[in-house]
Amino acid sequence: MRNFTSARAQEIPPSGIRKFFDLVLTMNDVISLGVGEPDFRTPWNICESSIYSIEQGVTSYTSNKGLQTLRDALSRYLAQHYNLNYSSDQEIIITSGVSEALDIAIRAIVDPGDEVLIAQPGYVSYGPCVTLAGGKPVPVRCVEKDHFKLNPDTLSEQITSKSKALIINFPNNPTGAVMTESDLKAVSDLIIDHDLLLISDEVYAELTYETRHCSPATVSTLRERTITLNGFSKAYAMTGWRIGYLCAPKDLCDAALKIHQYVMLCAPVMGQVGALEALRSAEEEKNSMVNEYRLRRNMFVAGLNRIGLPCHVPEGAFYAFPSVEKTGLSDVEFAERLLKEQRVAVVPGSVFGSGGEGHLRCAYAVSRKELNEALLRMEVFLSTL
Amino acid sequence: MDEKDLDLLRILEENSRLSAEEIATMTNLGKAEVEDRIRALEASQVIKRYSTVINWEKAGNGEVSAIIELKVSPERDFGYDRIAERLSRFRQVRSLRLITGTYDLQLIVTGKNMQEVSRFVSEHVAPMDRIRETATHIIMKSYKENGNAFFEQLETERLPYCP
Repeated sequence: MRNFTSARAQEIPPSGIRKFFDLVLTMNDVISLGVGEPDFRTPWNICESSIYSIEQGVTSYTSNKGLQTLRDALSRYLAQHYNLNYSSDQEIIITSGVSEALDIAIRAIVDPGDEVLIAQPGYVSYGPCVTLAGGKPVPVRCVEKDHFKLNPDTLSEQITSKSKALIINFPNNPTGAVMTESDLKAVSDLIIDHDLLLISDEVYAELTYETRHCSPATVSTLRERTITLNGFSKAYAMTGWRIGYLCAPKDLCDAALKIHQYVMLCAPVMGQVGALEALRSAEEEKNSMVNEYRLRRNMFVAGLNRIGLPCHVPEGAFYAFPSVEKTGLSDVEFAERLLKEQRVAVVPGSVFGSGGEGHLRCAYAVSRKELNEALLRMEVFLSTL
Repeated sequence: MDEKDLDLLRILEENSRLSAEEIATMTNLGKAEVEDRIRALEASQVIKRYSTVINWEKAGNGEVSAIIELKVSPERDFGYDRIAERLSRFRQVRSLRLITGTYDLQLIVTGKNMQEVSRFVSEHVAPMDRIRETATHIIMKSYKENGNAFFEQLETERLPYCP
């Protein structure tokens, strides 16, 4: 029999955390700081309205773009919160999570041979999605010295005549870095001068602790060449609902919509109803979750620095990204031994690409009690090295 | 009262047993500043006291609580304040509020058993001057008190790792 798997499927790398996953399943009493999702339950008003809609028989397909009511509410929300103006009729698509939004955005713009610049460390899907679309992922390294912001000089070095687009994600998973308006201005000239398209994954936009999120499409003239991606998972603790969205100028949006209607048809209606309720009535719940993350961050980052794992203050998302370079262990060795010897699960930074090596991603979306226990165990582990 | 004070109040309301040091690392304030601010909040009676939320049904001491609603004729110059103050002095009265609607005052009353609650209402509350009518509702079961739910929720399954 032939090997039926495609060259493209073979080309994408397996998940960097598979072996940790297998290991952790054999263990008990593990504190996991390895999960990139909120530990809160979805606010009840959101759940309740979705349950009610199911009882009322709202269980069919929606329009490809998503419920008109949700797109209207979203359009108003984006204008109010981020000064982003997208038409609810022509420039917004509701997707099955930001994961799908990312995939259709990339497939809508990438031709074989195109190079796509990816700010790294970054979320693990960007590179494989580019590869699957026939493009070539080109990492752009963000380093600790710059607080893991995208440095225009580093970006400039990687731009070639084949460069088509740049993918960024701020507030960033895994580093917690944010880009302010002036940081974004510094790279916007390069993007415009080299006629690049920008894909901006802003799924952590609501989770900033020092400054309000600045959306790149509001900077300079970037809007006409930006695809803005966002979703409900992180801000409203709605990861399992699978609701994200893509916003872009009409021609780009139309191209992405064609792919969306063939591969997904529409996002799940129960999730869309829940998302609408989130926009209508969960502001207070969201704010109190964000406040709790801020307290945990302060406590946890101070703790990491105290026990000897130097960590910059992450200004957004819910990840701390301490360095383990001083210990003499690689990030993978450190993470593996920490799990085996002290039962604390963290993700090695190198999983997130160039610039992540020598660091650990610790999600502080767990209770303060567990964070304290994790710090104690990490301190014990460090004392044995 | 500023944002930092509100932060401290929210933290203490959820768990008043945290040390000043722990609160300091959470809020990025100095330990001395946390102590000073808490002292000021105590002095101004914004913080009334530190107590514990107890599920008495689970503790099983057999206590009974009731919601008592009262129609009251207000007094010239004082409105409801004097009679409310009088009522609030009783140990049995756990909460007391002025409310809109059919009744004027609402009390939560706790007693060792049903007899004690009924006796308290019939002998002390109902005969009081200016009280025109009472309605007593025995609390059969508490599901939530002051933001604390009293039922177990399922542990939901979380992946140990996800990027």
